Amino acid sequence: MKSVIVNNVQKSFKGNKSFVQALEEISFDVEQGELFGLIGSDGSGKTTLFRILTTLMIPDSGTASVDGFDIVKDFKAIRNRVGYMPGRFSLYQDLTVEENLSFFATLFNTTIEENYDLVKDIYKQIEKFKHRRASALSGGMKQKLALCCALIHKPSVLFLDEPTTGVDAVSRQEFWELLRQLQNQNITILVTTPYMDEASLCDRVALIQQGILLDIGTPKGIMNKLGKPLWAARASNMYMLMKELKSMKEVFSCYPFGNEHHLIFHNDGQSIEEIETALKKKGIVDVLLKRTEPTIEDLFMKLMNKEKL
Amino acid sequence: MNVITVQSLTKQFGSFTAVDNISFDVKKGEIFGFLGANGAGKTTVMRMLCGLSFPTRGEVTVAGFDLFTEAEKIKKTIGYMSQKFSLYEDLTVKENIRFYGGIYGLTDIQIKSKTDFMLQDLSINDKADTLVKSLPLGWRQKLSFSVAMVHEPQIVFLDEPTSGVDPVTRREFFSMIYEAAHTGTTVFLTTHYMDEAEYCHRVSIMVDGRIDALGTPTVLKEQFSVSDMEGVFLKLARGAKRGDD
Repeated sequence: MKSVIVNNVQKSFKGNKSFVQALEEISFDVEQGELFGLIGSDGSGKTTLFRILTTLMIPDSGTASVDGFDIVKDFKAIRNRVGYMPGRFSLYQDLTVEENLSFFATLFNTTIEENYDLVKDIYKQIEKFKHRRASALSGGMKQKLALCCALIHKPSVLFLDEPTTGVDAVSRQEFWELLRQLQNQNITILVTTPYMDEASLCDRVALIQQGILLDIGTPKGIMNKLGKPLWAARASNMYMLMKELKSMKEVFSCYPFGNEHHLIFHNDGQSIEEIETALKKKGIVDVLLKRTEPTIEDLFMKLMNKEKL
Repeated sequence: MNVITVQSLTKQFGSFTAVDNISFDVKKGEIFGFLGANGAGKTTVMRMLCGLSFPTRGEVTVAGFDLFTEAEKIKKTIGYMSQKFSLYEDLTVKENIRFYGGIYGLTDIQIKSKTDFMLQDLSINDKADTLVKSLPLGWRQKLSFSVAMVHEPQIVFLDEPTSGVDPVTRREFFSMIYEAAHTGTTVFLTTHYMDEAEYCHRVSIMVDGRIDALGTPTVLKEQFSVSDMEGVFLKLARGAKRGDD
């Protein structure tokens, strides 16, 4: 069963002198129980799309449904069924941990006890601070409390807007482990992130840039779409290596990637000796070139270049 | 030559020791990655190095100036940029350059030539009179960096400069950093992107107010027997007792 259906949804914002096309005719589906990632940088339209699907905003054109309900006609039904964790921490700073959770439970005509099972695993981690005001919590704990509050009414679809932005690598890893556990409860999860490496943790991902869906599929399927062999290069002077590689006519694209430079040649069968010899002539004698597997970030950049921003 | 020297630096807030007896140096022209989990004390150290707050104990010099006695001189010789704040959104590109140039005491002639150079360098000549708020995020970040460098500082502090920025811009941004370091500017930077830690000449990792690791990415990876900086970070930060804020 489809949990979310988006059909040609379009949205623009008009200001006094400005016009922003936030979403261009976007269409995709999310299956029930899927962990679906929306990957894109700031300003790509992720949040606008979430606001539309959680019925906080109406699209200019197109239709969408969540859990079988129309986002315009049946907005009240949807609001009872979705959990939404906005990008900015939006709980009540002057209420305690427990008060926040009980407040959100009451809004949805339920109690903490009734759905405790669902939040138990996460809540246990912050329970010892239950009498502490939300304003005095650390970032990682605020994030866990927000997730509990978004879950307490047992939603069938969960929208998480950049839950890991600005969070350190350890907390990020823990948060994804929590999402995996939630998935076992048969909740559909839509999550946005600017971190490309998190894409591989989703069942399927959509890559979005400036309101355009660049691609959609399983992380593996997307990575295979690069279509050209990808090479990794190293040398002791990475800066000079980059300069030289970029100036070579054989090189289609070259960019830093962690401790290597990733490069794609115009010609798939490019002779590597030729490149090494050319580099040696320029004084780079210790270059190391090897084939490497593409990541989501490699594909994202290829697609971005095609769209020519 | 060292442009930042830190010796036995400690900062306490009441009974809480935010920074616990740390020592390190940063060399001229170095790209120095200053990493740590949320709440490890990075921001507290950065604020002190920028002359915005004083240590409880310890000795610090920045660009040859003593933090206790010459904080105002430090402020003039450094540049600063963060993701959260750097440019005025309701001023145009040109106005922002003029504003920061003025703050740093550049003459009108210097500001004029800097403005021309920056517009050319970033290829945004046609955007000179555009409000910063209507520029795409990527351009804004590159402009902020150039503005932080407008007075040709010896050291530039970058606090999560690429947070939320797309992968192409993130790389263009790092080319600018490389370029700056190549011409002798020292770059002191924090980031949550572990691949960016790989681009740094040296990296330090703070855990609970201490510096638990310091070295080149290659050395650190060997030391912790992992293949990337993310591995180093996870090994160290997993042991952290302190949460953020």
